[in-house]
Amino acid sequence: MIEAIGLTKRYGAKTAVYDLSFQVRPGAVTGFLGPNGSGKSTTMRMVLGLDQPTSGHVTIGGHPFRKLPNAPRQVGALLDAKAVHGGRSARNHLLSLAQLSGIPARRVDEVLGVVGLQDVARRRSKGFSLGMGQRLGIAAALLGDPQVLLFDEPVNGLDPEGILWVRNLMKQLAAEGRTVFVSSHLMSEMALTADHLIVIGRGQLLADMSVKDFIAHNSAGFARVRTPQTEPQQREKLSAVLTEAGGRVMPEPDGALRVTGLALPAISDLAHGADVRLWELSPHQASLEEAYMRMTQAAVDFRSTDDRKAGLMQQPAPGYDPSAAVTASEVPQQGWYAPPPPGRNPYASTPPGGAPTGRDPHPDTPPAAAPAPAAPAPAGPPAPAAAPADPTESSTEDAR
Amino acid sequence: MTTPYPQQGPHPQGAYDSPIPVRAAHLGDALASEWTKIRSVRSTLWTLGVMIVLMFGIGLLSAVAVSAASPEPPEESVLSLGFFGVLLGSICVITLGVMTVASEYGTGMIRTTLTACPSRARVLTAKALVFFLLVFVITTVTAAIVGALQTAIADAGVSSGEDWFRATVGAGLFVALLGLLSLGVGALIRHSAGAITIMIGVVLLPLVLALFMFSESLREVQEFLLEYSIPSQLGVLYDTPVTGQGPSGWEPLWIMAGLAGAALAAAYLALDRRDV
Repeated sequence: MIEAIGLTKRYGAKTAVYDLSFQVRPGAVTGFLGPNGSGKSTTMRMVLGLDQPTSGHVTIGGHPFRKLPNAPRQVGALLDAKAVHGGRSARNHLLSLAQLSGIPARRVDEVLGVVGLQDVARRRSKGFSLGMGQRLGIAAALLGDPQVLLFDEPVNGLDPEGILWVRNLMKQLAAEGRTVFVSSHLMSEMALTADHLIVIGRGQLLADMSVKDFIAHNSAGFARVRTPQTEPQQREKLSAVLTEAGGRVMPEPDGALRVTGLALPAISDLAHGADVRLWELSPHQASLEEAYMRMTQAAVDFRSTDDRKAGLMQQPAPGYDPSAAVTASEVPQQGWYAPPPPGRNPYASTPPGGAPTGRDPHPDTPPAAAPAPAAPAPAGPPAPAAAPADPTESSTEDAR
Repeated sequence: MTTPYPQQGPHPQGAYDSPIPVRAAHLGDALASEWTKIRSVRSTLWTLGVMIVLMFGIGLLSAVAVSAASPEPPEESVLSLGFFGVLLGSICVITLGVMTVASEYGTGMIRTTLTACPSRARVLTAKALVFFLLVFVITTVTAAIVGALQTAIADAGVSSGEDWFRATVGAGLFVALLGLLSLGVGALIRHSAGAITIMIGVVLLPLVLALFMFSESLREVQEFLLEYSIPSQLGVLYDTPVTGQGPSGWEPLWIMAGLAGAALAAAYLALDRRDV
């Protein structure tokens, strides 16, 4: 059992972790998720007593790590696969750790066998691949056969066979009644491995719930609605009706509409009432990956952008640019992009006036229930919904 | 496993019991671990190997040179010819002392180590002890063999017992303490190149500075630097002090022990308080 209460860590002016409280229970794999730089590793280091929290505290089995009796027999950790002296052989590395912990030396050969490194045990770890390094780190964590295990990004650099092995190892360790705490930024991996999730972003807790609940709460499904492409005015009419009924409508690049906040029968009824024919009305369930991306998109520190080679290309002639105004408000047809909470839409071409910036980071409520900041007129703040009313929209349609 | 949650009874729900017998680790375990560490990296072999080569090479060459230059036995004890070899060899010891601690920081190994042993003082004590004993034994044994060979080559008279003792055990202790000082500095600086540079500066700079202090007003500073610089103190152990005053007999050892103790005390404090 790992228990953190009000954990805060500041490095100078930068707050790496802020007021983090959570529990990691035995008998389950607990995934620790967050974007790069969100404070996962800092939290792990504080759990292990390597970094002193600025405030708050964290205990393992009721004791702070540094006061834990027989700590290496109770806690094993893989923090960084490269945290070994490269000049030392794998076996000597593990032997020195075993001796330090009062563990019999024959256990070293045992864990080398478990992770499959027995053939390279006498080679210097400098020559190890990243995957072999991960295996060596996992061997070190398993050395004391501990009750509590922490793994920081254990599948980094592993081959598919290794990933599968780690996945099964985590589950097996948890099934034996141990506490397994695994950090990762790969939601897809965690969806397969973890039973419980702790999600942080910018050092703050975003979610602490079971994987099932996480999906239910966050992966808002949507309906794809397609009206006859030959009649764009039908599409605009339908958008207006759906928006009025409390749904959120976003256009997709190929002319379909993505609707959230309304059940499929309701959409059908509304369309029927508005006398709009439908070519498609299909349900779509967002994956866990999408749910995670949506939850953390506001908390991402390092965001990649398109390489636009700005300034290196010849400027286009000033004038009408059909791609600028409209496509920016559309959502990609494929990919993770689920409807963002209002006010957080990076695709919105014009930020709506008085957007709620300090919104609760938990998008627990479905987007439709979020307070609509203005009247549901076509020019309303959900910018994508306003797009069909944009006069440039139809001209783009024609240009296609 | 002994009960990990004593407040919850012997078998709390979901707890895992390891079949491997649990015993509390102690300083002896840490010593064994540090011995494994220090013997399993090449930097140990290189630094101590170079030191032995330097002590033998310079010691024997100077003995040959002395015996070739004058047929008469030299007035001073022939053991003092070992001085230059030990002085240069001490640079190797400084390097090894710094590397023993700083390489753990450089590689990140320190986090693995402190996860396996949360008692940071125990880790540092074990490192210091293993390193000190290793350097002391190697230096003393090498100095004794070189001394014996020098006596044979230079065909000098028998040196007194105390001369022998100071030139072997004394020099060994002095070099090992200098190494401990480097180990403490390494634990404070946590960066190999930085700590080695600082330590080489500490050894060489006072003498170099003193050479350029011509001004009369700096006379006292110059004398102090000359007398108490690390090479001069090592020279005292060989009865070849740079000047007439300053430390004599076994005093350099006490001075160096004080310095090493202060550096280690600071290292204990820093290691205990700082994040790793």
